[in-house]
Amino acid sequence: MKPDIAWPRNDYSRVPFWLHHDEDIYALEMERIFRGPAWSYLCLEAEIPNPCDFRTTWVGDTPVIVSRAKDGVIHAFVNRCSHRGAMIVRELRGNAERLVCLYHRWCYSNAGELTGLPFRKGLKGEGGMPEDFDMKAVSPQRLKVANCHGMLFGTFSDRAETIEAYLGEFGIGMVRRFLSRPVRILGYSRQRIAGNWKLYAENLRDTYHASLLHEFFVTYGVDRATQKGGVKMDARHRHNMNHAYAGSDSQEEAKAAYADTAARLDRMQLRDKKLLNYKNEFPDGMNLAAPTFFPNALLIQINNTLGTRQIRPKGPGAHEVFQTLFGYVDDDEAMTRHRLISANLVGPAGFVSMEDGEAIEVIQKATRSSPEGCEVIEMGGRGPVADQAHRVTEAPIRGFWSYWAELMGVEPAGGIR
Amino acid sequence: MTVSPETRELLTALMAEYAMAIDEDRLEDWVELFTEDCDYRVVTRENVEQGLPNVLMWCDNKDMLRDRVDSYRHVNVYNPHYDRHVLGPLRFTGEKDGAWTFDVSYSLFQTTLEGESRLFSVGRYRIEARLEGDAARLKTVTVIADTGLVPSLLATPI
Repeated sequence: MKPDIAWPRNDYSRVPFWLHHDEDIYALEMERIFRGPAWSYLCLEAEIPNPCDFRTTWVGDTPVIVSRAKDGVIHAFVNRCSHRGAMIVRELRGNAERLVCLYHRWCYSNAGELTGLPFRKGLKGEGGMPEDFDMKAVSPQRLKVANCHGMLFGTFSDRAETIEAYLGEFGIGMVRRFLSRPVRILGYSRQRIAGNWKLYAENLRDTYHASLLHEFFVTYGVDRATQKGGVKMDARHRHNMNHAYAGSDSQEEAKAAYADTAARLDRMQLRDKKLLNYKNEFPDGMNLAAPTFFPNALLIQINNTLGTRQIRPKGPGAHEVFQTLFGYVDDDEAMTRHRLISANLVGPAGFVSMEDGEAIEVIQKATRSSPEGCEVIEMGGRGPVADQAHRVTEAPIRGFWSYWAELMGVEPAGGIR
Repeated sequence: MTVSPETRELLTALMAEYAMAIDEDRLEDWVELFTEDCDYRVVTRENVEQGLPNVLMWCDNKDMLRDRVDSYRHVNVYNPHYDRHVLGPLRFTGEKDGAWTFDVSYSLFQTTLEGESRLFSVGRYRIEARLEGDAARLKTVTVIADTGLVPSLLATPI
């Protein structure tokens, strides 16, 4: 199937609204992106530290088990019994030598191989499976797993690039930056947003909105477009990092820049300022870093709050944002407490993130009735996509769409990459 | 455990006002139900059962609660809605030096401006309340939400 997308422009500065609503597009995304040659974020290695640990996750809308075998090797395979298709593991996580489907007790190893099934040889010479039944041949589909400094990625495709080529030096460096020390998982949060998953992916690539939608940033000086920072992409422009440096602008500069917005730069003060305490813990001095990897991953640092987010598409009109918050094993109690207090900033109730859910939902609501309408994406320029050393841009959104179109096989003539 | 009718009535009234203050958008009144050294947090059952400390919201004193409310009033934008809490009876778990601990189940429904209602969150409160003469104030409110999958976003408190 080749969907007929009439791109008004070949630089993705116009994106048709209907791509966020269409069932066929969604099905094709699951096939060509999530079950295609993209690498999807699975979970952190620190979540399955011991032999026989497992946890469940999603790649697109496919349920997946990530597990560590007895020999320490990490495997990922589809969480669907070879027999009748039941979900093999229903828990979120656990530790088990064998994974057993509830329905007919078919048994799987930590590597996802079907290893046994009850009454295979029948009872008293009656019934049972045919002699030549091949357990290996029907074992659940496996994903290729890549462990990038403790961040686990998986792909269903033999055609996928190596993870090094896929993330590029840029991406690998970012993962290393976040996971340079052994990680301690602090917990999870989940949010279900009634909007297409690509709206979230766009949001992550849009520095333009950050200090406008999230007024908290500006009001309390956490993040302003006047700070030094910018957007940095991989060579293919499919991944992006928004970033900013703490204390790199002046109050006067910011006041002038935001004079025509509703921002209250001087009028509000926090009574308890510890919420915004920032202890520099990275050699690069950035207090905000949000590298996002196509199609489903984000690493996020807002001050000392660190986490990953995984986008889980749930049909064309909804997605879950699954956030894993972490610190480091060598954090003392005070640092852990500080990270948790800072966690007020992020997640479904975050001072600087709650608005995203609302913005996405009102786009989904308002665009359904406009199949001919388009997003206008020109902030930061038209034409070829490139890194920018400023923050008034949404060019990485166009980078996202260019790679999306490539994987979907729907690039316009002369489409930029 | 034995709880006098007066104490039970006082703490039940405190929780009724807690719910109504949020539902009637009197968040400033809601803050005043807490002690200065209060601790309010929203956690999810998923994290609690795994022994993980993550919070969706955490105010470890009354000033942080005031900051939350100020931010809702003047800074944050979120989905316009009405809240409606439905609380279960109080189950008392202990008393020490005039501080009572109890659990309360809650359901929280949200209704849009166009009148569409949905279940937003269910769970329970773990409460520590102090009696000060004829008044009672909240020292600790831990919201343990069964609803870990937050619909849309979480702005106004539970």
